[in-house]
Amino acid sequence: MLLIEIKPDKCDFCGVCVGVCPEDAIELKEASISIIEKRCTNCAKCVWCCPIEVLVFRKDKIQQLKAKSN
Amino acid sequence: MLDKFYDVIVVGAGPSGTTAARFAAEQGVSVIVLEKDRDVGYPVRCGEAVSKDGIEQFIQPDPKWIASTINSFILISPDETEVKINFNRTGYILERRIFDYELGKLAAKAGAQIITKAYVYDLLKEDGNITGVKVEHNGEQKEIRGKIIIGADGVESRIGRFAGIKTHVKISDMECCVQFTVSNISVNPNACYFYFGSEYSPGGYLWIFPKGSDSANIGLGIGGDKAKHRSPISYINHFLDKKYPQVPKLTMISGGVPCSFTLEEIVKDNVMLVGDAARQVNPLSGGGITSGMIGGSIAGEIAGKAIKQNNFKLLQQYPQIWHQRVGKRHEIYYKIKNAIYNFSDKTLNSIAHSAIKIPEDERTLLSIFKIALYDKPSLIFDFAKIFFY
Repeated sequence: MLLIEIKPDKCDFCGVCVGVCPEDAIELKEASISIIEKRCTNCAKCVWCCPIEVLVFRKDKIQQLKAKSN
Repeated sequence: MLDKFYDVIVVGAGPSGTTAARFAAEQGVSVIVLEKDRDVGYPVRCGEAVSKDGIEQFIQPDPKWIASTINSFILISPDETEVKINFNRTGYILERRIFDYELGKLAAKAGAQIITKAYVYDLLKEDGNITGVKVEHNGEQKEIRGKIIIGADGVESRIGRFAGIKTHVKISDMECCVQFTVSNISVNPNACYFYFGSEYSPGGYLWIFPKGSDSANIGLGIGGDKAKHRSPISYINHFLDKKYPQVPKLTMISGGVPCSFTLEEIVKDNVMLVGDAARQVNPLSGGGITSGMIGGSIAGEIAGKAIKQNNFKLLQQYPQIWHQRVGKRHEIYYKIKNAIYNFSDKTLNSIAHSAIKIPEDERTLLSIFKIALYDKPSLIFDFAKIFFY
């Protein structure tokens, strides 16, 4: 399950997320960005390194997961 | 419009890409540069500071791309002690959108083709060999064949990944940056300002680089391990609210600077990496224009010669020449960076207090480093190597 989401309207398409992604799971063109779900391991490096808070955790999904595990 | 074959394909039209293209084309081989954005030189993702000596190796300074001439640094500690250092070697703040364009024209004059809005989404592989690139251009997918592929695709460095090179950067080595170009501020037009400390830029620094006397780039870079706790945009908004509230902001950009060693592999088979893609940035300053252009020039020239002589073993000379010219020094800078960026606010303040006691005409970066050594004696060996090499 993808626990990270992109706020595309905020994105400056700078590529930091691509540079730190160990799985090459982010596709970035001139003005479009997406996560390749089947490659993403939710390691969160992109979330941590995005300078302008474009990549964020999906709190709803994380809560769902927590609820399940309880 | 596009030919289907070029001797050298360069991916990315930043300074290292166009320099690689120029040096390859000067060897008389066919070269194409593929740029994913619609313009060469835009958007600018850079603080735009360079040394005059560095840049003059490649292009004659021209007022149309020099926004400011720099002759001093002002280092500001967490308690706002200002340490001014004057220097003889001039620096420039560039207008990158014009500068990059001029570099593109130099590559074109040497004979290189340049295409924008050309997004390379994979390498072309046939019978286990890399034979070109797959590119999306104006909404159409095309294949361009080439003998040598030069990845100058910046921080993302996907060409390297496609070739099987591990290019992703450790988050603590990724300086996560955001910068505003602001107007209506009063700064010394000939000085670069650097703020250190945990309030504005933990694990990095905040810069004010003047562009003339009433405009400046104000930006900061924070190591990814620190940005994890609070984002760079939040730090810079805090700084601007405190120091320059309501200042008009002409541009805002984000970006990442890979402040690490050069990649272990910068050539693999017939793929070469240059600039940020090869992690050729000076890891201490975060400056990558000159070093990327040096990398590009070495790679481009070797690529051109390899094709002319039909001897692809020549490509293996690239890492060796790069390390001799620049890479080895970067390894030492990397160690210094890790020490300095981890200094506590208290240490930074005490260094600044000692530094201002040195008379201004005797104050140099070296004399300040010497003070820093008292706090971190293990750096002596590394410093000695830089200054007495």
